[in-house]
Amino acid sequence: MTDLKKQELEELAFRVRQHIVKMSTDGGCFVGASLSAADLVVYLYSEFLNISKDNLQDPDRDYLFLSKGHDVPALYGTFVELGLMEESRLKNHLSTSDNIYWHPNTKVPGIEFHSGSLGHLPSVAIGVALDIKMKGGSNKVICILGDGELNEGTCWEAALVANAHKLDNLIFVVDRNQFQANMPTEELIPLEPLHDKFSAFGAAVKRIDGHSFEALEEAFTAYPFQEGRLNVVIADTVRGKGLPSIEARADRWFCNFTQTEVEALLEELKGEKLATIESETLVVR
Amino acid sequence: MTYEELLTKIALEDERFVVMTAENRALVRNIPQVLGNRFVDTGITEQTMIGAAAGLALRGRIPVTHALASFLSMRAFEFVRTDAGIPNLPVKLSSFIPGFLSDGNGPTHQAVEDVSLMRGIPNMTVFAPADEEDLVTMLPQIWNSPNPAYVRINTRKTDYKHSANFEIGKAEVVSKGSDVTILVYGMLFEQALIAVGILKNQGLSVGLVNMRSLKPVDEQAILEVAATSKLVVTLEDHFLTGGLYSIVAETLLKNRTTANVLPFALNERWFKPGRLNELMEYEGFTGKQIAEKILGYTTNAVQPEIVLPEFAE
Repeated sequence: MTDLKKQELEELAFRVRQHIVKMSTDGGCFVGASLSAADLVVYLYSEFLNISKDNLQDPDRDYLFLSKGHDVPALYGTFVELGLMEESRLKNHLSTSDNIYWHPNTKVPGIEFHSGSLGHLPSVAIGVALDIKMKGGSNKVICILGDGELNEGTCWEAALVANAHKLDNLIFVVDRNQFQANMPTEELIPLEPLHDKFSAFGAAVKRIDGHSFEALEEAFTAYPFQEGRLNVVIADTVRGKGLPSIEARADRWFCNFTQTEVEALLEELKGEKLATIESETLVVR
Repeated sequence: MTYEELLTKIALEDERFVVMTAENRALVRNIPQVLGNRFVDTGITEQTMIGAAAGLALRGRIPVTHALASFLSMRAFEFVRTDAGIPNLPVKLSSFIPGFLSDGNGPTHQAVEDVSLMRGIPNMTVFAPADEEDLVTMLPQIWNSPNPAYVRINTRKTDYKHSANFEIGKAEVVSKGSDVTILVYGMLFEQALIAVGILKNQGLSVGLVNMRSLKPVDEQAILEVAATSKLVVTLEDHFLTGGLYSIVAETLLKNRTTANVLPFALNERWFKPGRLNELMEYEGFTGKQIAEKILGYTTNAVQPEIVLPEFAE
C-alpha cells in the first residue's frame, strides 16, 4: 500500500469517526463498537468490495452484511463519505421522520439486510453465497461479526454449514475488540484461542491488526484464503478506537453524550486534549 | 400426485425453486439426485436453514424448507419472524408431522402451538390441508405467492374428493347445516367426516367446513356458519390458545357478533404420545367421540356456555 493511499484511508476513517461521535448524542448510539469497526468498514468499502451507489441492484455486486448491527454508525458514516447516502440523513438519527436508528435496515440504500438480533446474518450470508455459487458468480460476500456475538450458537452452526458447502466466497470478519456489552469477553465467555476455534471448524483463518490498513490489505488480497473453505478474518481492534478517554472501557459501549461532551470528543479525536465525560453509562442490555 | 412428485415437477419447471432441509428427508428422498445443487441440506440446523433461505430469497429464489413442525416453528421461530417475516420474503415452510401426527414422539416433538405462533408473525400466511389431495391442490398457489408461508404438511389419504378450486384465504365448504357445523383443519378432517356421518344418522342438519387457509382466514365462511348454525364446533389438534377457536373468537368479536361454540382442542396441556389411532381415542378426538360429545351438548343455551372437552390425566 502506498503512503498516499494509506493517508487517504486514514483521513476517510477520521471523517467516519467524526460522524460516529456526532451520532452519540440526543439519544446516543453504540459508539464504542462503532469506533472499533470503523477502519474495517472503511477498508472493505473503499478497497475490497465491488459496491458503489451505481451497482446496488446489480446481482454481480459484492455483498456486505453487518451482523453486529449496533455498529451501524460506522457503516452510515462510510456510506456518507463514499456518496451512498446524503449526509443530512445522519441528522435524522432516531427521528421517526426517517429510518436511521440503532440497527441497520433496508430503508437505507446499501443495507442488504436488517440486523440487530445477533447470530442471524452469518446464515443469511450463507444463502446469498450459496446462490452465487449455484450461478457460478464471482461476487464476494462479507459478514461482519462482533466478538461478543460469537456467544450465539448460530454463528458456529453457520461456520459448520459454510464449510460443509465449501463456501470460499464467504468471509466472516470478526471485530475482535475484546468486549461484549458490559464485560471483557475473556472474563465472561472466553473466546480464545479464537483462531484455533475457527480453524477447528474448517475455516481458513487470518488474524490481523484491524486498525492497520496495510494489515487489512495484506489479509484481504490473499482472498480466497483456501479453496473450498470459509474465510475468517479475526481483526484485533480497540473498543472506542480514536478516543483515548473511552478506549477499551467496559462502561463505554452505548453512550449518550451531552452536546458539550461531543464537541470535546471531536477535539480529542483530532489529538487535542482528552475530553471530560460526566454522562453516565446507559446499560441497554 | 404425491407431495414429492409435485415439488419435483414445480422445481424442475421453475429455476427459482430451491429445496432445503434441516436433515429431514422423509418428504424429499428422491429430490437430491434430480435437483443437484438446488437441493441444500444444512444438517440439523433449523435456524441456519431459515437464515440461508432468507439469503436465497434475497437473490430471487423461492426456498421450500423442510423440518419437523416443532423445530421449524419453535427452534427457528425468531429466524422465521426476523429473517423471513420482517422483510416479507417468500420463504416456504413445509412443516412435517404437526399436531397429532407426531404420534409416539412425545411432547418435544408436538407442534400444537405452531398455528398460534406462525399466524402471529406479520406477513406470514398459514395453511393446513385436510389430506394429501388437498395438500397438492393447495401448494402451487402457496408456493407462488409473494409471502412467507407455513404449511402443516399432511400426506394422509382420505376418501373425500376435494374441490380443485383453492384460493388463499378461502375455506372449502363441504356441507351446510342448521343444527351443527364443524370447522376443522388438517388431519382431523377425516374424523370430522366420520362425526358428520353419525350426526346425520341422528337426523341432525350438519355442516362441515375444511378451513384450509388459517391466515388469511375465510371470515365470510365463519360468519355465515355462526349466523346459520345453532352450534359451531371448532376441531383442531392444537392448543386451545391461538388456534382455530381463537381465530373464530376474534372473527366474531371483530364483527360484533357471537355464537354457540364448542371447541375441541388441547387445553393447556400436551397430548398423550402413542400410536395415532390410540392417542386420538385417548384424547377423545375420534369421529365417534366427537359426535357423542356434540350430541350431549345443549345447543339451546341463551348465552354460549364454553365447555371444554374433558381429558384424562
